[in-house]
Amino acid sequence: MIEIKNITKRYGETAVVDDVSLTIAPRTVTVVVGTSGSGKTTLLRMINRLVEPTSGTIRLDGEDNRSLPGYELRRRIGYAIQGHGLFPHRTVAQNIATVPTLLGWERARIDAKVDELLQLFQLDPADFGPRFPHELSGGQQQRVGVARALAAEPKVLLMDEPFGALDPIIRAKAQDDLLAIQKHFETTVILVTHDMEEAFQLADRIAVMDKGKVVQYATPAEMLIKPATPFVESLIGVSERPYRLLAIEPVLSAVEPGSADGTAISSTLSQREALAELLWSGRSALPVADPAGAIIGKVSLEGLAKRAAGPV
Amino acid sequence: MPKLSTLFRLGVFLVLLAFLLQPQWFEPLLRPLVQANAPVIYNQGSLLQLTLLHLRTVAIAVSAAAMVALALAILVTRESGAEFLPLSRSLVNIGQTFPPVAVLALAVPIFGFGEKPTLIALFLYGLLPIFENALTGLTTLPPSVMEAARGAGMTGGQRLLKVELPLAMPVILAGIRLSVVISLATATIGSTVAAKTLGEVIIAGLQSNNLAFVVQGGLIVATLAVLLHDGLQAAERKLAARMGR
Repeated sequence: MIEIKNITKRYGETAVVDDVSLTIAPRTVTVVVGTSGSGKTTLLRMINRLVEPTSGTIRLDGEDNRSLPGYELRRRIGYAIQGHGLFPHRTVAQNIATVPTLLGWERARIDAKVDELLQLFQLDPADFGPRFPHELSGGQQQRVGVARALAAEPKVLLMDEPFGALDPIIRAKAQDDLLAIQKHFETTVILVTHDMEEAFQLADRIAVMDKGKVVQYATPAEMLIKPATPFVESLIGVSERPYRLLAIEPVLSAVEPGSADGTAISSTLSQREALAELLWSGRSALPVADPAGAIIGKVSLEGLAKRAAGPV
Repeated sequence: MPKLSTLFRLGVFLVLLAFLLQPQWFEPLLRPLVQANAPVIYNQGSLLQLTLLHLRTVAIAVSAAAMVALALAILVTRESGAEFLPLSRSLVNIGQTFPPVAVLALAVPIFGFGEKPTLIALFLYGLLPIFENALTGLTTLPPSVMEAARGAGMTGGQRLLKVELPLAMPVILAGIRLSVVISLATATIGSTVAAKTLGEVIIAGLQSNNLAFVVQGGLIVATLAVLLHDGLQAAERKLAARMGR
């Protein structure tokens, strides 16, 4: 658990982060969203003390993050940044081994960890381990950057616009991979982005920051239904609301009894995808199949329309 | 055609080696440059020995300059040493603007004739290129890489040794290369104050109006400069290529 209490960072007279308090549950993904200059990156960097706060405290599992030297704290917290920041003079394997090496792990343990992570990120260790970062594509570099951040098995992973430099298709894949890996290692992820779409895609909870303050901290659904301020509303995008609402829940929770004709849709897809399929195929209902392939009911245009409606 | 150029370099090196070991082989080539009875090949000492002493002088001066310049550059690029940047810059610049001949003239009364004044002149003259290049190398590192190094929990010293110096090394080497070339040429004037360098051959040629002496002294220095320049540049390129630059 991460407890951020009354944290403030001033540069001269201006407060970049102004009296922010957040409690982040373990093993969840929290996305901090805001425009540039909102203080979101500064807030993130105060967690691993790349920036020292002017006042306030941050506790990790009850322990003040100032109770040990900054560099030791940072070895315990994963950190992935935009543009990956891989060391250009070190191989992929050496890059991933950075923190375990600093921690003095044994050679064999480091090698095993590097191989495990490369495999997890779908990079063949024998092929990619000895390469230099400039010999990889942008998407591969980004994956190595995240693998490096996770190498010492940190409980907390901080990510600063990690997917900002990727094209849309690779970004979607990277986001899916991140969620899978977060579940695999049960890491607490705090990710900063300016992209609301990304926030809704990844977050268990979203914190919206504006001018140094957190204006709303809520689950994606709550935020859609009850945006705290006009700023949050504009960030979500009024015309996007119903689709975002549908995107949060899987088809499974919209299944109605009954049957429909045509090819079935998987119950694990989002309701938004089901709506798109209904509209595109010009039908009013689709059969739904569970992951094993058995038909468990149908999903209808009418049913989805009800679910997409906001509170009146 | 990297192979052809490597062969060419090897050829130049072998010719130089042959000239230093068996200078009389080249007598017919240099004969037209001298009057009838004058000696063609330098006869007041071994060319090989002078070359080695010349190289030694340069090596000592440049190593010392490299250590001091690098230490200074590291110091002033640390957060705590930033205020010394202007001071160290002007100190190093003075070293460069002071003509080596003037340094020799000033150093001889203090240290006497011989190698010492030459070493001092070369040392001062060699500081600037290494310092400026090291400074450039250490201040133009990619910000995302530096951020990642801090974020991974490296201490200041670890960042310097594991990230900053390796990344700046090609640029630092370029500075050392410049210093080596400048020092090779400048070391010849050391012979005016009795330092044992190849300048001795050139000065002897000038004093006895022997063009062959001047040419062989000059050519040996020039060939050494070209070969060392080339070798160091190849090392820089190899380092830089590894980093995908």
